[in-house]
Amino acid sequence: MTLLQVKGLGKSYNSETQVLKNVDFEVNAGEFVSIIGPSGAGKSTLLRCINRMVEINEGKVIFDNADVGSLKKKELRKLRTNIGMVFQHYNLVPRLTVIENVLHGRFGYKTTMQGIMGRFTEEEKEHAFMLLKKLGIEDHAYKRCDQLSGGQQQRVGICRALIQEPKLVLCDEPIASLDPNSSKVIMDHLKSITTDMGITCLVNLHQVEVAQDYSDRIIGLRKGEIVFDGPSKLLHEDQINHIYGTELRELITV
Amino acid sequence: MEAGRTNDLPYIKRTKDGRINIKSGNKIDLVVKWTLIILSILTVMAFFFFNYIGLQWDRAIPETAHNLRVMFLEPALNHFSWGEAFYQVGITVGLGVLATVIGAVIALFLALMAAENLSRPWISKSIRAVVAVIRAVPTVLWVLIFAIAAGLGSEAAVLGMLFHSTAYLVKAFSEAFEEVDAGILEALRATGANWWHVVTHGVLPSTFTYILSWVFLRFEINFGVAVAMGAAAGAGGIGFELFMASGFYFDLREVGFITYAILIIAVVLEIISTQLKNRYFPASTNN
Amino acid sequence: MNEKKMRKSRMQTVVFLLIIIIVTYLSAAITEFNFLDGLATIPKALGWMAGNLLITAETLERLPAIMEKLLETIFMSIAATTIAAILSIFLGLMGSKTTKVNNIFSIFARLIASISRNIPVVAWSLILLISFGQNSVTGFLALFVGTLGFLTRAFIESIDEASQDAVEALQATGATYFQIVNKAVIPQSLPQMLSWILFMIETNIRSATLVGILTGTGIGYTFDLYYKSLNYNAVALVTITIVIAVLIIDSISNRIRRVIL
Repeated sequence: MTLLQVKGLGKSYNSETQVLKNVDFEVNAGEFVSIIGPSGAGKSTLLRCINRMVEINEGKVIFDNADVGSLKKKELRKLRTNIGMVFQHYNLVPRLTVIENVLHGRFGYKTTMQGIMGRFTEEEKEHAFMLLKKLGIEDHAYKRCDQLSGGQQQRVGICRALIQEPKLVLCDEPIASLDPNSSKVIMDHLKSITTDMGITCLVNLHQVEVAQDYSDRIIGLRKGEIVFDGPSKLLHEDQINHIYGTELRELITV
Repeated sequence: MEAGRTNDLPYIKRTKDGRINIKSGNKIDLVVKWTLIILSILTVMAFFFFNYIGLQWDRAIPETAHNLRVMFLEPALNHFSWGEAFYQVGITVGLGVLATVIGAVIALFLALMAAENLSRPWISKSIRAVVAVIRAVPTVLWVLIFAIAAGLGSEAAVLGMLFHSTAYLVKAFSEAFEEVDAGILEALRATGANWWHVVTHGVLPSTFTYILSWVFLRFEINFGVAVAMGAAAGAGGIGFELFMASGFYFDLREVGFITYAILIIAVVLEIISTQLKNRYFPASTNN
Repeated sequence: MNEKKMRKSRMQTVVFLLIIIIVTYLSAAITEFNFLDGLATIPKALGWMAGNLLITAETLERLPAIMEKLLETIFMSIAATTIAAILSIFLGLMGSKTTKVNNIFSIFARLIASISRNIPVVAWSLILLISFGQNSVTGFLALFVGTLGFLTRAFIESIDEASQDAVEALQATGATYFQIVNKAVIPQSLPQMLSWILFMIETNIRSATLVGILTGTGIGYTFDLYYKSLNYNAVALVTITIVIAVLIIDSISNRIRRVIL
């Protein structure tokens, strides 16, 4: 079943540079897809067009049979409850507790008044603890987020995305600020979201090797255009060089 | 915990009525909460403490609205000329400059003694204590007290304003000095440089731009102070004209003109100091 | 740093200092300030202060009356600050880059803040005095207006710096504007805001003295009365009570600040 369709997507922030050019792809429910490419290739923008954190200039994004570009404010909120997002810098509220930050993921389901009063149901709270337990950080539930390590904060970020009960999770460079050990933990957790919970994942990644290890399918982005789209095992040295530009690639590996 | 709850896990905290807690209840939240509560109570109490003698809300509000309209929409000069106006603004700016520059020179020496990395602890502590007391006396009181001893004039105004200027800059400078990389000082000391060498070749060059920015920020404040001293302590300048226009001639148009003059200069100074701040203090400085 | 660059930066320093010296000289000329007279005044003034600013037993009898006025002034400062703070939060949210509703509101908020901050509190006092008369409300309103501008600017900075990332994350979950403000922006920037409020209360007590002299209210008026009737012993007592009050409030707010920041 097709969950997400991106058709002829184009985006530019100013008249000179086009960040995305005619991007076309589809994602099926239950897939784990990585988007790779050098910095500035438009990965972050592409992800943010899907939940319309940035406005779409050209083309269409169809998510779960809804045309994302044409949604009104209220409908857009409703759409976003179905799409979780995980960020490079975790984007938590550092002064609040872990459990509060996780519950922030429920706001989309609440009216403004309920949200302001801070009323969460006992079921929601228990669900939050269950997720914390699943990601192995239940002991930190009452700590302030700024007391946690980067890897732990990212797990809080994942919990916040999961408590939305999303159909799709967008991950924007989830391991770019983490050390190799924490990166592995985070990637394992993201993978299990798809394998155990059946939630589709779309992950922006810098590291080709990580993408190859974890994903079913890889999309290569270069200067705003898709230059590779296929199963991970079909991504070979030639394509990688094409995505990153040969010289740059050598510089990194040496 | 009551029986029958199947999922009572050790890491979940509950309130007395069995609901799951999501606040950590740490000290910071508590202090913030109580500070806010106490401030609210004091605010409510304040309105019982006020004296309301001669206050007529129903008359005062429309009248103020009318006055503001006259001031801002029909500003005019009646009791003095444009030339005179420039001269008076010049005096106010001049008072501000003098209090700032002299204050900065004095503050430079005191700050070197107050900086913990350049001074002895007891000297540093006593200078800080004196500075705190000086800051606690309102500037207008300093000016008025000096006016008795020195007579009304620019000397009393500048000297009175100096106290706060100096105190403010000592705090700012000494904090800037303390942030100088300890390695630089150590390296200089290791070469056998004495205290003066360390200051002139290590500390001052690496903090020079900060010092200039702080001096300018203080000048912005001192301009406002100079206006106030003109009005409240008879120190002359545009502030005094403002006081005369509103208190003696009841000439709202002139009040409006003077207010515009002050506003323009203040805005220009603010724009310059904001740019300095963005350039030299990326993180906002709390003072 | 190479030789050429160093010489250039030294040149800049010299030019800077020259400009400062010229400006200072011009300022001294226009204000008729005489450095030597000024210098001579200091020992004279200190001598006078030591001789006249003494608290006698007789002045201590005035303490209750002075304390009452001081209390009125403190209350005035607190009330003006907290009420201005409430309004400033709204203006700050409107003005901040991360939480603004639209550009027009943002410019409007910044304009209000700039006008109320840059017209000195003296001018507000004199304008308000004309219609509101000689009572606490005039002083309260004058302090309120100045505080509003200052706090709005400070709050805009606190909000900008505190919460950009979290706001993005909550938008992505489908949270509404008010939920984002209430649950991410305010909790994150509240301690910083509170620190500014405390700073402003302390500043306002000092400003209240000035405002009091102009509008005939609070401790400033008491000071002015004794000053004009040449009762310098009482002047000394008033000054000392103000100093003690400011120092106490200063140390309380420093303590609070140390915990929350």
